[in-house]
Amino acid sequence: MKKPVSGKKSIKQIKFKKAGDMPPVAISLASMLYNKTGKWRSIRPVIDLNKCTSCMLCWKFCPDVAIKNIDGKPYIDLDYCKGCAICIEECPVKAVRVEEEKK
Amino acid sequence: MKEIIFYGRGGQGAVIASRLLAAAAFKEGKSVQSFPFFGVERRGAPVTAYTRLSDTKIRKRVPIKTPDYVIVLDPTLLENIDVTKGLKKEGHIIINTKVPQSNFPFSKRFKVFTFDAAAIASKHKLGSKSAPIANTSLLGAFSKFTGEIGIDSLTESIAEGVAVKTEENVKAAKEAYEKAR
Amino acid sequence: MKKVITGNHTVSFGVKSARVEVIAAYPITPQTEVVEKLSEMVADGELKARFIKVESEHSAMAACIGASATGARAFTATSSQGLALMHEMLHWATGARVPVVMANINRSLGPPWNIWSEQTDSLSQRDTGWLQFYCENNQEILDTIIQAFKICEKVSLPGMVVLDAFYHSHTAEPVDIPDQKLVDRFLPPYNPEYKLDINDPHTFGGLTGPEYYYELRYKIQKAMVESVDIIKSVGKEYGNMTGRNYGLIEEYKTTGAKQLLVASGAMAETAKDAIDILRKKNKKVGLLRVRAFRPFPKEDLKKAMSKAEVVGVIDRNISLGNEGIFFQEIKSALYNEKRRPAIYGFIAGLGGRDVLEDEIVRIAEDISKRSFKKEITWVGAKI
Repeated sequence: MKKPVSGKKSIKQIKFKKAGDMPPVAISLASMLYNKTGKWRSIRPVIDLNKCTSCMLCWKFCPDVAIKNIDGKPYIDLDYCKGCAICIEECPVKAVRVEEEKK
Repeated sequence: MKEIIFYGRGGQGAVIASRLLAAAAFKEGKSVQSFPFFGVERRGAPVTAYTRLSDTKIRKRVPIKTPDYVIVLDPTLLENIDVTKGLKKEGHIIINTKVPQSNFPFSKRFKVFTFDAAAIASKHKLGSKSAPIANTSLLGAFSKFTGEIGIDSLTESIAEGVAVKTEENVKAAKEAYEKAR
Repeated sequence: MKKVITGNHTVSFGVKSARVEVIAAYPITPQTEVVEKLSEMVADGELKARFIKVESEHSAMAACIGASATGARAFTATSSQGLALMHEMLHWATGARVPVVMANINRSLGPPWNIWSEQTDSLSQRDTGWLQFYCENNQEILDTIIQAFKICEKVSLPGMVVLDAFYHSHTAEPVDIPDQKLVDRFLPPYNPEYKLDINDPHTFGGLTGPEYYYELRYKIQKAMVESVDIIKSVGKEYGNMTGRNYGLIEEYKTTGAKQLLVASGAMAETAKDAIDILRKKNKKVGLLRVRAFRPFPKEDLKKAMSKAEVVGVIDRNISLGNEGIFFQEIKSALYNEKRRPAIYGFIAGLGGRDVLEDEIVRIAEDISKRSFKKEITWVGAKI
C-alpha cells in the first residue's frame, strides 16, 4: 500500500490509479498544501504598512489564517487569501484597501 | 432444577440475596442463574428476584412461574402479593416474621417456615433499627430449612459478594442457620 | 477464573481483559451498569484507561472515533435511543475505518417508553458498516467482546456486540474469564498503520470527490466480505485457547432436520430447549442461531438450509411496513438458490414480551403442516 507522503516534504497531490493502491481511509487527499484556495479570490486586500499600527486585529480575524505575523507586522499569504474582506472591515485605522483581482 | 422467588422491597437486598444464593450454589458445582424482575426499581417499592439452581446447563431465559421455594423478606407484602401464586404443591414458603406459621391461612396448603431474621440482622447492626436488612440472615435460615445450599458455601459467597459489613453479614447468616428449626 | 456475574458486568470484564485504553460513554437503562463498573475499574487503577464523561451518545462515539484514530483501543456502550442518537457517528466511524468496539444492549425504541428487549435498535443500524454480533449467553458476551477487538482491528472496521436487555444485562450466571496472559497473547496492543500523529501530520477524512469516494466505499465492502473468514479464524483461535469455538452461525441438532428454526440473541437459548422437546417427540427439527448479522453469513446459511424443506424465522424486531429483519435477509440470501425451502416469518417478543419454549414448539409444529401458508405470524400477540 502506498503511504501518502508527509505534507512537509512534498506539495505534490497524491494520485491513485486503483482502489488497491489507496489507504483504507481518505488521508491528506485534499491537503491544503496543494489546494491553494487563493485562486477563489476576486478582490485582493492590500495593507499599507505605513498606516498600520500593528494592532494585529486583521491577523486575529482572518478566517483562513492567511495573514501572517512577521516581526509584529501583518502580511497576507495570497496563496490562501480568498478575498473575504473581513480584514478591511476590521482594521480600525483603515490601513487595508481593496483592489480588483487582475485576471 | 430448583426455582426460588424472593419477594422484598427496594433496599432490603432481595436482588443481592438471589445473587448470593446463585454464587453459593455455583461453588457447589451447580449451574445457576439469578435475575431481578425486569423493571424499574425504587426504594420501598415491591421487588421480585429469581434464582434457578440446576445440575444441568440452564438455558431458560424467562421469569419463574412455578417456584419450588418462595422467600418473603417483608411480611407486609403478604397483604398485596399472593406469594403462593404458581407455587408447586410440595413448595415451601419462608417468611421473615415473628408471627407463628399457623397465623398464615396458606400454611394449610403449603409448608411454611417463619423465622425472625430481622432480629438477627438488628443484633448484627445490619441496616437500621427500624429497617433491618435481613437478606443474609434469611439465607442462613433457608439453608437450614431446605438443605438446598450448604452453610459453608453460603457464608463463603457472602464473604466474597457483600462489600459492606461483610463480617457482620457472615455472622448473621451463621447465627440464623444455627437458630432456625 | 469463573465468576457469577450479570451480562452488564460481563461486558465490563471483557473490556478490562482487552486492555481498552479509552472509554467514552453516556448512561442509559439497561446499559448503565456496564459503564458504572468500568469507571470503577478505572478509578481503582485496575484498568489503565481514560474514562471520558460526555454529554450525549453522539459525543461518546465522536470521542471514541478520535481516540481510535490516534491508535488507542476505544470502547463505548449504549442502548436504544442512545444508539439512535449515535447514528451519524456510526457512519463516521466506518468511513474513518476505526475499529471502535461497542456493546449495545438491545432495548426497544419509544414512545411509549419501554426499557425491555427488542432488536430493532441495533438492526436499524444495519447499513452503517458496523460488524454486528448477537450473543446468546453471558459467556458468549465476554468471549465476543475480546474477539471483536481482534476481528475489527484486522479489518479496520467498527464492531457492535449485542446483548438482550434484562435476559442478559441483569441476569447473573457463571462466566469463565480467561487468564490475562492468554488474552494478551491472543490480543496484542493495537498499532494501526495509519493514525493521527503530530510528528507526521495528515488530514483524515477530508473532502474527497467522486474520483475517490467510490473506491473508498468499495474498500469498506471488501473489508466486510473479508471479515467473514477472519471471524471464523479468530473464533477458532479463541477456541484453541479456551475450548469455546465461535463462527458466524451455530447449528443446533440440525442433522437430518427437515424443519429449521432460525433465532438470535437470548431467545435462541430458549429455542434450544424447545428443540430438545421436539426431538424427544421424534420431530426432525433443528435450530440455526445467527451470531453475525453483519457481515451477513450468506454462504453458511445457504449450506445449512440446503436440505431443509421449511424454515421458520423468529424475529424479535420488525421493519415496519415490511417484515422481520432476519426474515428479509435470509429470504434474499436464498433467492438465487436452485433448491430452496419454504420460509415463514414470526414476529415475537417485541418490547420484552417473554418468548416461551412452548410458543417456539408451536411455531415448529405449525410450519411442519403442509397447510401452513401464513407469511407473517405475530406470536402471542393479543390481536
